[in-house]
Amino acid sequence: MSTHKLLAESGCHITPSGCGFPAPGLNSFNFKPIFSIGSFDFTKPMLLALICMVIVVGFFWAAFSKPKLVPGKLQLVGEIGYTFIARGIARDVIGKKGDKFVPFLTSIFFFVWIMNIMSIIPLAQFPVASRFAYPVALALLVWLTYMYLTFKTHGFKGGVKNLVWMEGLPKPLIPLIVFLEFLQNVITRPFTLAVRLWANMFAGHMLIVMFSVASWYLLTPSIMTAFAGGSFILAVGMTAFEVLIQFLQAYIFTLLTSLYISGALEEGH
Amino acid sequence: MLKFMAEGAAQNPLIPDTAELIIGLLCFFIVFGVLGKKLLPNIQKTLDERHDAIEGGLERAEKAQAEANRTLEEYKAQLAEARHEAARITEHAREQGAVIIAEMKEEGQRQREAIITAGHAQIDADRRQVTTALRQDVGRIATDLAGRVVGESLEDSARQSRIIDRFLDELDAKASESAGAK
Repeated sequence: MSTHKLLAESGCHITPSGCGFPAPGLNSFNFKPIFSIGSFDFTKPMLLALICMVIVVGFFWAAFSKPKLVPGKLQLVGEIGYTFIARGIARDVIGKKGDKFVPFLTSIFFFVWIMNIMSIIPLAQFPVASRFAYPVALALLVWLTYMYLTFKTHGFKGGVKNLVWMEGLPKPLIPLIVFLEFLQNVITRPFTLAVRLWANMFAGHMLIVMFSVASWYLLTPSIMTAFAGGSFILAVGMTAFEVLIQFLQAYIFTLLTSLYISGALEEGH
Repeated sequence: MLKFMAEGAAQNPLIPDTAELIIGLLCFFIVFGVLGKKLLPNIQKTLDERHDAIEGGLERAEKAQAEANRTLEEYKAQLAEARHEAARITEHAREQGAVIIAEMKEEGQRQREAIITAGHAQIDADRRQVTTALRQDVGRIATDLAGRVVGESLEDSARQSRIIDRFLDELDAKASESAGAK
């Protein structure tokens, strides 16, 4: 269990004990292992990641394992999700060539979305992607896909050119632009892809924890109860807001992935 | 090593935990494997089939519509052609009729004139014949009569005809005189 919960459960309030505010911090994102095998610690985010995997696979299995021409309710919901990615992202961004990548994009979107949603599921209440390793894992795959497609489509020379070159540059700018293009395409893009998701989930979780802990901390038989109420309302508000952010970040992650794929497939960019 | 990494991660949240990285990749591979290999191709097939069922029907309807339109166009064209043909034939017939009528009129005129001319000739011939016959008869009767009256035979034909002619001329002169008097 995370530290802040222990603090909250310990009954630390602003009055009468006057104990200091147990501010949430990085400790809110580190968990004691549920069990350990040798040096391997199995923690709550890992459990949640596995649960997310089971949920995504389970849902799509239930929806799509025996598809019917006239869909049932579950299949219809699944189809809406699938079409959202296939039409709304793959076709729109990559075009006809994007059809091949629909499974990849769909897997990314729903896996990320469900991992994010874990932030507001009672008992789970932790966005898996706020542990940096999970966005990194996905961004790494996106990066590998991007590199593979770039070199497969354009060959070695064309691939390198696609990564670092821009047409019609004045000569003195070439070294600078080549350097910047390389930096952008090969290093910062995958890094920001991972960090964007991680930071959003990290901050969102931090805010919710902050207001939750504060409303507990301020809940005393005094005027502070009003602040506790305010804090609680904000915690609820932030939770609602997080629902939006969770979807949005999953969408952005998928959209950027498709943009990179599109960039790798196209001539120059 | 993992312990060390975990401790590092506690300090810096931007250092990914190796175990989590592996778990994350594993989870994603399972999701991607099941969805990409089986479930999504499944649903794509179904969506295509549905698309066929709906759009196929529409396409067939459109095809039938186009076919009907084409037939209608052909029919209209044929009808117009037929009308044109009929008009052309009527016009031709009218022209031909006019020509025939004109020819007939001309022919009729020509025949009438021929008949009239023939009639006139016939009448002239008849009159001449009658006049000749009459003159001979009148001459003979008058000669007979005169012979009987004067008892003189006027057998000599030349003299006879001279006398007759003179007589007839006198008759004519008398007749014209009396006609002039009237």
